[in-house]
Amino acid sequence: MLEIRIHGRGGQGSVTAAQILAISAFHDGKQSQAFPRFGVERRGAPVEAFCRIDDTPVHVRSQVYNPDLVLILEPSLLEAVDVTAGLKKGSNIIINTSKPIAGNKLANFKVFNVDASQVALEIFKADIVNTAILGAFAKVTGIVSLKAINKAIDERFEGRPRIIEMNKEAVRRVYEQVN
Amino acid sequence: MKKVTEASQAVAEAVRLCRPGVIPVYPITPQTHIPERIADFVNNGEFDCELIYMESEHSAISAAIGSSAGGARTYTATASQGLALMHEILHIVSGMRLPVVMNVANRALSAPINIWNDHQDSISARDTGWIQLYVESSQEALDTTIMAFRIAEDKNVMLPIMVCLDGFTLSHVYEPIDIPDQKKVDNFLPKFTPLFKLDPKAPVTMGPVGFPDTFMDFKKQQQDAFDASLNIIKKTNSGFKKDFERSYGDGLVEGYMLDDADYVFVGMGTICGTARVVIDTMRKKGNKVGMLKLKCFRPFPEKEIIDSLSKAKAVAVFDRAVSFGHKGPVFSEIASAFCQAGKRPVLHSFIAGLGGRDVTLDHIEGAFSRIKKEKLPVSEWLM
Repeated sequence: MLEIRIHGRGGQGSVTAAQILAISAFHDGKQSQAFPRFGVERRGAPVEAFCRIDDTPVHVRSQVYNPDLVLILEPSLLEAVDVTAGLKKGSNIIINTSKPIAGNKLANFKVFNVDASQVALEIFKADIVNTAILGAFAKVTGIVSLKAINKAIDERFEGRPRIIEMNKEAVRRVYEQVN
Repeated sequence: MKKVTEASQAVAEAVRLCRPGVIPVYPITPQTHIPERIADFVNNGEFDCELIYMESEHSAISAAIGSSAGGARTYTATASQGLALMHEILHIVSGMRLPVVMNVANRALSAPINIWNDHQDSISARDTGWIQLYVESSQEALDTTIMAFRIAEDKNVMLPIMVCLDGFTLSHVYEPIDIPDQKKVDNFLPKFTPLFKLDPKAPVTMGPVGFPDTFMDFKKQQQDAFDASLNIIKKTNSGFKKDFERSYGDGLVEGYMLDDADYVFVGMGTICGTARVVIDTMRKKGNKVGMLKLKCFRPFPEKEIIDSLSKAKAVAVFDRAVSFGHKGPVFSEIASAFCQAGKRPVLHSFIAGLGGRDVTLDHIEGAFSRIKKEKLPVSEWLM
């Protein structure tokens, strides 16, 4: 089972990202579960969302304590919360940032920097990266396919064709950023 | 249709498929996403029902009495303080033998103020005369809601039902579900035809005074209906299996790796999922552990519980509620059931997961190791 933790700020769509990831995994024939850190959501405050992906039905109902991968929607979160809490050494961290993270805070992990904000600003004219960063997840892990993410976007934003097209474009461009 | 969606939305789908005529709800906190999704269905023209926004939960459940007595299949949903506010009317729904179905997204009761999951809200409504069914997954929440209408409306039952799903821990979780076809549900759940209804053309009186010479007879009939419901719940579960190829134990309890288990976990709701994972891991190491999931809390399936647990050496009962000044309510009732039994395991009580405190794999594995060692009954809070 793969356990994923998403760090974002209230209003950035971390929960939606976890949901789209769960839907995508399902379209790729896998079992999944997505949920927020249950609490009182406040705009701008650090929030977390989780996704579990497995080949067999996911029965566990406790919170995620030792994620296999962390997605970070913006670099300022590194100053606000311990984004590596419980993360296994050598695990992947995908972070939306315009410049590599300074210092050795993330030295024990495999870090993938993507500039999803740049892509989002061009496409949405707004810094909304929750779907875009899933492109990097697909490329880094190979756990979900681009095709499945596109299908999940169709489902999640049903009836809003322009939003669907923009999100797919953002996902594809961030996918291509990862080497 | 298979899809990934939120448990609350899965329940809303179930409600739509059951075609209730009237849904009175209080639309504000502590309400769930269930009526929100139902409101979408009604707004989009996908669901034809009378959705009424009431000024409180007390009013919502009162309106449910009116509509159910008027002959409409009636549904509502609430949680936490909302259920507490309904309390006096809950007795009237059951006393009038109205087959209202209600989902409760289980949450703690204040104070301190807390919005998270435990079972104190529905457990506090234990003696209101409602059947109480607890579910583990989104699929079970959806399926049980459909079954609930058929059980409640059975002429040998005619009792209201609470379908309890863990707040947040289940209500806010996205996972794959299978939504049945409308045709299949219509076939499983025929139209509601009440024995009596409020009708100006054929007037009857409902809910009048019950003097000492009749009151107790009504109460005995309610109790008899609960006794009869045990079998109806089982039959509905097996009928559901025939039509939908899914079922949940015998409808009352569900065993997991139970047949040869020396040490057994007992719980209700989502913690049973976590327990499954612990049991799988411990079994691989050669531990004879298993689970009894209590799906039906009222009526209390005494016989099924004794049959399932009497071979075990020790049992760990997990309660997500407390009867203050005593112990966990599920524990007490299981202990009382075993009073009459010949052979019984050592029964241990664990209070866990109050007000959203996470119940982890370690909590459950720890409890198993503990009951394996202890000769005398343990009564503990897992902090």
